[in-house]
Amino acid sequence: MTIAPAPDRVPPTSAGLRPLLGRLVRRPAGAFGVAVVAALLLVAVFAPHVVPYDGATQDIPNRLQGPSGSHLLGTDGLGRDLLSRILLGVRIELAVALPAVCTSLVLGLLLGLVAGYRGGWVDNAVVVFMDTIQAFPSVVLALVLVAVLGPSLTNLVIVVAITFAPQSARVTRASVLALRQSPFIEAERALGAGTLRIIGVHVLPNVIAPLFILLAMNIPSAITVEAGLSFLGMGVQPPTPSWGVILSEGFADVYEAPWAVLWTALALVLTTIGFTTLGETLRDVSDPRLSGAKGLRYDR
Amino acid sequence: MATYLLKRLGMTVIVVLAVMTFLSLLVHLVPGDPVEIVLGPQATPAQVEVVRAEMGLDNPIPIQVWDFVVGALQGDLGLDFLSRTPVTQLIAQAIPHTVVLAITALALAALVGIPLGVYAARRQNSLADRAMALLSIGFITMPSYIAALLLLIVFAVQLDVLPAVGTGSFANPLDYAIHLVLPASALAITWIGYVARLVRTSMLSVLGSNYVRTSRAFGVRDRIIFYKWALKNAIIPTLAVLSSGLADLLGGAVLVEIIFSRPGLGRLTVEAISERNFPVVQGAVLVIALFYVLTNLLADLSYRLVDPRIRVEESAVGA
Amino acid sequence: MTDDGRIKNDPYLLEVDGLDVTYHSQGRALAALQDVTITARPGEIIGIVGESGCGKSTLSAALLGLLPPNGEVTGGRALYQGRDLFTLGPEERRRLRGTEISMVFQDPLTSLNPTLTIGSQMLDVLRAHSPARADRAEARRRIVEMLERVGIPDPAARLRSYPHEFSGGQRQRIMIAMALLLEPALLIADEVTSALDVTLEAQILQLLCDLRDERGTTILFITHDLGVVAQICDRVVVMYAGRTVEEAEVTELFDRPLHPYTEALLASVPSRRRRGSELPTIPGRVPSLAELPEGCAFANRCAHAEPCCGEQRPRYVEVTGQRVRCHLYDPESGHANLRQPSAATTGRKEQP
Repeated sequence: MTIAPAPDRVPPTSAGLRPLLGRLVRRPAGAFGVAVVAALLLVAVFAPHVVPYDGATQDIPNRLQGPSGSHLLGTDGLGRDLLSRILLGVRIELAVALPAVCTSLVLGLLLGLVAGYRGGWVDNAVVVFMDTIQAFPSVVLALVLVAVLGPSLTNLVIVVAITFAPQSARVTRASVLALRQSPFIEAERALGAGTLRIIGVHVLPNVIAPLFILLAMNIPSAITVEAGLSFLGMGVQPPTPSWGVILSEGFADVYEAPWAVLWTALALVLTTIGFTTLGETLRDVSDPRLSGAKGLRYDR
Repeated sequence: MATYLLKRLGMTVIVVLAVMTFLSLLVHLVPGDPVEIVLGPQATPAQVEVVRAEMGLDNPIPIQVWDFVVGALQGDLGLDFLSRTPVTQLIAQAIPHTVVLAITALALAALVGIPLGVYAARRQNSLADRAMALLSIGFITMPSYIAALLLLIVFAVQLDVLPAVGTGSFANPLDYAIHLVLPASALAITWIGYVARLVRTSMLSVLGSNYVRTSRAFGVRDRIIFYKWALKNAIIPTLAVLSSGLADLLGGAVLVEIIFSRPGLGRLTVEAISERNFPVVQGAVLVIALFYVLTNLLADLSYRLVDPRIRVEESAVGA
Repeated sequence: MTDDGRIKNDPYLLEVDGLDVTYHSQGRALAALQDVTITARPGEIIGIVGESGCGKSTLSAALLGLLPPNGEVTGGRALYQGRDLFTLGPEERRRLRGTEISMVFQDPLTSLNPTLTIGSQMLDVLRAHSPARADRAEARRRIVEMLERVGIPDPAARLRSYPHEFSGGQRQRIMIAMALLLEPALLIADEVTSALDVTLEAQILQLLCDLRDERGTTILFITHDLGVVAQICDRVVVMYAGRTVEEAEVTELFDRPLHPYTEALLASVPSRRRRGSELPTIPGRVPSLAELPEGCAFANRCAHAEPCCGEQRPRYVEVTGQRVRCHLYDPESGHANLRQPSAATTGRKEQP
């Protein structure tokens, strides 16, 4: 004996990329993130053509100078122009972070798909593997692996990719497990749909959004790990102007001239904030359920 | 709960064993002959043979793994290549510095982060709240070594008010504490931002809940609701996050200890790595990993013990 | 006047008169309640009926003084025992909550604090209204007594239980016990049985009736369920889009609805008489607060609407003991088909 509800139309749900970008930019945080990331990409592409110095030529008489007209951010211990080196460094950072994070996503996607879909001992093995990787703080694991494999840009990419893979593996696995129990997958299977079809049509679209968010969130983490390792001399090697290298060289002279460390630290902070706000806003506008990326670790 | 506990503990044991296996095989990941790399090109074949035998590299790989695991379980992590001191002794000397640093950082994070979060929740959407939100993003995203470098530039280089090298003397607590200020603050910054944000969101979620509406409808004072109910609810996840943070701090401590020249576990690891001093690397990293795994386990369990809802869900699943 | 003259002659416990509540949202002012008029005498159970979004919950929040920060009482008054609630300060309002006016909510699980035992939650309520160091044993005795009264078995042993350890029906009983702990004169019951199955619903309704009989508690019974209204209410107020559109004795409302919206509501209730035929629904939908018309809010769905309905706000007119907000009954409205309710139906006494 209740009032019959007036028929209500369900609003159409369109999850296209264009409206997503629009919603992203409409939020101040999102706009900020997009602006920072776009600026970094531009710098990465065009820096070699626009920097005032080549960043490699030494000028010992003018070493450790503060900001001035000829060197906007000053010079380092070998008299090299800091602005040029930091701008050129953007390219190095992205050259490590982008391939490393993308590889980790693909690796994690495959692991998560296999684990979630096969189940049984395969799943257990993958979980133990992921737990083992995550039993180390990521800097420590990366440090040990790079130390063993030898410090180089390529090894750095591989190591960061391995270190970060468990996150996306967990996201994918959880999503597969959730889907496996849903009635419509049962129905699909009863209708004879193959494994590949189910993965392609149902699983992938469900994990793509969270993986994109992980992409944005993990790039700053990758840069942080790279710069940290290079700072310790275990990553990119001098004279390549990676930010970690600039920090490391600047740290040697920090009491005489803090400029190198200061500017690089600020560049790193800006980059990190930019990518993180982009990732967080992306998460908020696409799927509020994913709030709290830190919580993803124990989603078993 | 019992079933969950068993599963969780079993998993932890398996992971610890896997970590040990990985570390014992570390040497074999080195391209080329690990012994020659350790000893350098001048080493005579005789020396190489001695070290090879000492590291047990002549044994079949399963035996090597077995020896390392058994040794580690008995508290024997081998000898330092260079100084010939037991690795356990080196670790025992380094650990207190790291643990004190990490705990101070966490205490700082709680003492600063919780009041900030409470304040922001009290004045939701005010200018102060918005400013705080920006600040916490900056804090959360700042790598601890960047914070360390910036703090060092400001307080040690420019203002010259705080020491930036070493730990000071353990015998002189004040001196030791002063040396802790910069490194602990550097490690705490991320967690201050994180805690402030967490406290704010969990308090607001409580304040917006149906049961707060209920108690207000019965005339319970806002002050009671805010501090007894909302804050209590916010403290639980915060403590859980902080206890898992203890483990994360160890990673950050590696670089912070290098920057402030503190002879802790992190610096021990980095120096051993650059010297290719494998027994020390294995030992130090094993201890870090054990610490990491155990604090995560404790955080997980304490969270479940504290929240009655999770307890029931688990027992329902386990039944 | 009638059989129940005792009630009819008592002074009003609650007199809501022309209440307007406005929400401020993104720079716009939305009229959540307009000209809401309700009266309740001691011991009455008043049904407040309407579809979701008609302002029932805003009404209860306004009466308790718990409107959200963006909500504001912009007109009218609410006299409780002769005092206007809206002129009281926040602390005075708080003191009234629980002791004079109390409320039971729809969803008993989320409406109880999951992290506190029910004993400590009830203690918080008592402490909110008693001097700092109240007698613990006495408080405990009152709580146990109240829980026993609402039918919680072995209440003393269950004070330390958490809400999730009770069944849905028991939780609602606990909510009622908490609400009545301080013996308020007015209880607002907001969809209290919506989350329960039919058997439990009947038990809870019986409990509310019994408590009213024992203590003379006045109950504002908010619901969308006309069946429940017929079971326990003395009088009914029908709300539509934030306005009270009709008020009548429960039997009269069911026998002789005046407002076209009430007619439509009653027609959409399944009954044995019309079994087999399709259940009529009301065409169109409730206008959102942002698009409320100048005139009658129901005009766009009303079969009797005329131009004057869309332009002029109908007055709340008294018709043979009922009140209705519709131009059809207002001689001054200029509606072409004015209805004259037949005098024969007034003063009717037989039960349906």
